[in-house]
Amino acid sequence: MEATVFILSLVDCCALIFLSVYFIITLSDLECDYINARACCSKLNKWVIPEMVGQCLSMMLMLVSMHWFIFLLNMPVAAWNIYRYVKIPMGNMGVFDPTEIHNRGLLKSYMKEAMIKLGYHLLCFFIYLYR
Amino acid sequence: MSTAGFNSQNGTGTGQTYTNGPSQNPVALQQPSGVGYSVNHQPAYNQMQAKVLAPPGPALYPSGPYQPVPPGPQVGSYPPAPAQPLLPRPQIGVLPSHTPPQSASPGPGPWPAQATPPAQATPPPPAVTSTGYYTGPPAWQYAAPRGPAPNHVNPAAAAPPLMSHSSTQPPGPGAPPTSIHGYTQLGSAPPPMNPLPPHTYQPNRPAYGPPPTMKPTAPPAGPPGTTGTPPPPKADAQCWGAASSARPPAEPDTQEGDVECPGDVAGNGPQAPNSYNHVDNRMAGAAPPGPPGRHLGHYPSLPPGYQNTSAPPPSSLHPALQAATQPYTQGPLPYQQQPGGPGPSPGPAPAQLSPSMAAMSLQSSTPEALRVVNLLQERNLLPPAPVPAPTPCLTQDLQKLNCSPEVFRCTLTSIPQTQSVLNKAKLPLGLLLHPFKDLSLPVVTSSTIVRCRSCRTYINPFVSFLDQRRWKCNLCYRVNDVPEEFMYNPVSRSYGEPHKRPEVQNATIEFIAPSEYMLRPPQPAVYLFVLDVSHNAVETGYLSVFCQSLLDNINALPGDSRTKVGFITFDSTIHFYNLQEGLSQPQMLIVSDIEDIFLPTPDSLLVNLNECKELVQDLLKSLPNLFEKTMETQSALGSALQAAFKLLSPTGGRMSVFQTQLPNLGVGALQSREDPNQRASAKDVQHLSPATDFYKKLALDCSGQQVAVDLFLLSAQYCDLATLGCISRYSAGSVYYYPSYHHQHNPAQVERFQRDLKRYLTRKIGFEAVMRIRCTKGLSIHTFHGNFFVRSTDLLSLPNVNPDAGFAVQMSIEENLDDMQVVSFQAALLYTSSKGERRIRVHTMCLPVVSSLSDVFAGADVQAITGLLACMAVDRSVTSSLSDARDAMTNAAIDSLSSYRQSALTIQQPGLLAPACLRLFPLYILALLKQKAFRTGTSTRLDERVFAMYQLKYQPLAFAMLMIHPALYRLDDLSDEGALNIGEQTIPQPRVLQLSVEKLSREGAFLLDAGLVMYLWIGRNCHQNFLSQVLGVSSYAAVPEKLYLLPELDTAESQRTRAFVSWLRDQRPFFPSLHIIRDESQLKPHFLQNMIEDRTESALSYYEFLLHLQQQISK
Repeated sequence: MEATVFILSLVDCCALIFLSVYFIITLSDLECDYINARACCSKLNKWVIPEMVGQCLSMMLMLVSMHWFIFLLNMPVAAWNIYRYVKIPMGNMGVFDPTEIHNRGLLKSYMKEAMIKLGYHLLCFFIYLYR
Repeated sequence: MSTAGFNSQNGTGTGQTYTNGPSQNPVALQQPSGVGYSVNHQPAYNQMQAKVLAPPGPALYPSGPYQPVPPGPQVGSYPPAPAQPLLPRPQIGVLPSHTPPQSASPGPGPWPAQATPPAQATPPPPAVTSTGYYTGPPAWQYAAPRGPAPNHVNPAAAAPPLMSHSSTQPPGPGAPPTSIHGYTQLGSAPPPMNPLPPHTYQPNRPAYGPPPTMKPTAPPAGPPGTTGTPPPPKADAQCWGAASSARPPAEPDTQEGDVECPGDVAGNGPQAPNSYNHVDNRMAGAAPPGPPGRHLGHYPSLPPGYQNTSAPPPSSLHPALQAATQPYTQGPLPYQQQPGGPGPSPGPAPAQLSPSMAAMSLQSSTPEALRVVNLLQERNLLPPAPVPAPTPCLTQDLQKLNCSPEVFRCTLTSIPQTQSVLNKAKLPLGLLLHPFKDLSLPVVTSSTIVRCRSCRTYINPFVSFLDQRRWKCNLCYRVNDVPEEFMYNPVSRSYGEPHKRPEVQNATIEFIAPSEYMLRPPQPAVYLFVLDVSHNAVETGYLSVFCQSLLDNINALPGDSRTKVGFITFDSTIHFYNLQEGLSQPQMLIVSDIEDIFLPTPDSLLVNLNECKELVQDLLKSLPNLFEKTMETQSALGSALQAAFKLLSPTGGRMSVFQTQLPNLGVGALQSREDPNQRASAKDVQHLSPATDFYKKLALDCSGQQVAVDLFLLSAQYCDLATLGCISRYSAGSVYYYPSYHHQHNPAQVERFQRDLKRYLTRKIGFEAVMRIRCTKGLSIHTFHGNFFVRSTDLLSLPNVNPDAGFAVQMSIEENLDDMQVVSFQAALLYTSSKGERRIRVHTMCLPVVSSLSDVFAGADVQAITGLLACMAVDRSVTSSLSDARDAMTNAAIDSLSSYRQSALTIQQPGLLAPACLRLFPLYILALLKQKAFRTGTSTRLDERVFAMYQLKYQPLAFAMLMIHPALYRLDDLSDEGALNIGEQTIPQPRVLQLSVEKLSREGAFLLDAGLVMYLWIGRNCHQNFLSQVLGVSSYAAVPEKLYLLPELDTAESQRTRAFVSWLRDQRPFFPSLHIIRDESQLKPHFLQNMIEDRTESALSYYEFLLHLQQQISK
């Protein structure tokens, strides 16, 4: 049971790491002008829900296996993902909006967010690995 | 608004004149005709060019036919030179000021002959060069500036500086720098020049220092206080020094002339330039608080000659400024060694010197901009004339070249050195642009457009030439090669003067782009009109006005023989019109499947205007009758837009949408979100953001296909402009809003609609445009305001660009600008003209960098700051909330004033203190808080509020300022004193009054000009004279309730009043309607709402607001 849970979360965590890397690469592509804002945002918006699901999944796995610490560790990130999704203004085209992304330093803050998530997922990865 | 004006404007850029030979370098026009440069003088050079250039062209770019460069032995750059004299350029009238100097310049005659032989690769012999640079007929060069100088903004300083170059030299800097300056040697000692390219400059290079780092070296001859003179500018200085002294006498004029277009602002023909002059005059004459000259006293932008010779006390100067000016100390050096010893030099110099020295000592310590003003005590702060833009404290030479503030304006004319200084100042840093303003500007045709190889900056007046063969980019500091072609100067028709090319002499210039700048063949002008024909629309009666207007202007639509037009009408179904050639009458095709829209006959819906003009005219005549009896009330706008997008997407073009109600059918249907009872609530305003992303997505699709959507909203009911506006906002269109439009009930709106339509249909237009804004390394742009889509970090995608669109950007300082004296900004707009030419319009602005907070405050441009804050507040109210935005604006005033008090002010006094340049800041902030966009507590319809927000973001600063802080004039005592004379007309100039009821009097008549609307308020006891002579009524009681026109009476008073009102109207590209109101009129509340210095039920008066600020600051 325990082993299955951790193998599952390990796989999930791997996926999330890849996703974070993908976010970082795509955003930096936009920063360097390799792709335009429209393409970048539609690429990223596609992965917002999978990311949210993946994060919630690993949280749930920890909940059912009653690893409270890891559950609590997972919760803020999952909450943030859900909050971000729910708070999309009505006129926007998803979490990443091509018309806004270059304004008010949003691009930088998205980048920072992706970096932090990457670090966090790496941490989780090693926790799952060595449990 | 004369059509002629617009025509000529449209023709300007794009006239048939150029179709067969793209070169229209205006300066080239002045060449003596007949002598083909390419043919006569430099065959070798030509052939070489041809070899290099011709083959790649056609091979690489299949769009061969569009290439402006004819293949073959002709030189790419100046092929049509022989033909030029024949080209009738419309605005030639403006340019002549260029002419005399250029043609008079020493070069042309003997030059080419001498220069040609070595032309191929070796530069011309040095002796020749040096003469070319500096000597010429010096008598002319140096004597000349005296004449025009008074025309320039700063007469006192303008004349002497130029003189000083020559006059003060001999005693001046003397020996030291000789070895340092390449050009010095150039001028002085011809021999070393001979082996020109690498060797000669080798020894000099160290002096310039490593290009990007700009290490300070010992100040060669500077004032004692200075620590170091960064080398690179030296090169600048020299070049500029040279260039400036050689600059034709009429240059100041030319600059102004260049920038202001005769036919521009509202197509009022020759008035515009005068209006500019008028401002100028005022600046010089009336001496308002901040005339541009003021800086000169304080900051020694005086040419260094003074500093050297007479050593005025430089200790009071800021080091950075000193440094900035110091390079110029060496500027004059070359002259000193001039062989001929220019004629006018030593004699007149002292005489010239003394006045400006006196001026200097007078304004010794604090500049006018920093004079401390106690806002609570000084009541009359408003200048009597419109507030002029502050002048950056640059040296004369740079300032003369700098971009016009009407095109390019920065909130801080002195850029702080670091982000921390900027943060301390609490002022926003940003640019306000009006890049496609109607201008007449020099146009350059060249097969290679010289740009920096790493950052792609266009060559501009602020680059430095290290030597003849290399220039250093002023944005990224890379050293680039000067291409062979650039060595030839078409102005003087001489070789080896790259720094005198028009590209390097004009901060605003237009290039005809070669085929590398085309992704596809330039598109034709395509206009599609999408018209609402539901019952509601027919009721308003706009259709007949539109059709009539289009019929009248159909020949004035900008375009060429390829121009296409099309029409779509919609109610609950979509109607297409088959206008194919050969049909006897237009054929209407109805598509009722609005869920899955398709084009019935894709080929014949957009037709060539010239071939099918009669059908189009037939259609326009029959359209109003066609739907006269319609009972269809629904509106499927979303589907109509989709259909229009499908129709336009293969070519791109302009879509003009006329909508009169909330779309309520099919895709993009909207619900009414406004609760009329909440209009006046002081609580937060909801629904400022769009309700659906449908219009935004469609706009981005349109943007991708180079389609722009212009929205005309004519409606009495709520239309959800916040949502519908997205379609224009992201596709770079414009939004026009006519609330309560009705052809009978609201004649003022009808007239406005008609005039706006005329301007809209006939104004210049650029298709498939992109604009890139570059700035010096270290600065970066982080937020954009305006109508466009930001495609990548600094690239704005503008499917259409029109001359009435303004833009704003916010910037931050990423890296410290420690070792720079100046920073530059460049906006480059690449567009396809309506004649199918690809063009690039480049504006470059240069600003000084300062390190101290007080200098930052001294350079603050209060209007630009207000404009930028308004844009930011609009963003804030959409993303956050209106009350947040209001707080943020108030805080902006509090923060900057308290920062000024704490950091920049040396003597603490009681009261609310502000530097003179920011004295209007609290007033403007209060005006913003009471503006329709941000006010609370006053009944404001949601659509009108959103429209006001769009206007603040979209209008160029001058018009946005009027919308923020209207102008009030007293009209019953107009006199010719200080009047402007434009053509035959005399335009009186009443002073601008404060916006307070206390300024009104019952005996007078007052005009309130609020940008989009004007109110003429007639006092109850208004002079009988005014009533009868201007309004043509016998008594006050006889003034009609609704009056929109000033009657055309044949009296002096009437003529004056009408001249003034129409002059005000002509200055803007939209048509403000005039309401003549009596004291008891229904519109009086609207009039009084603009009295922003007064207290209202829900808002503070100006004095209370100041007290509030003071309280917050002293907390």
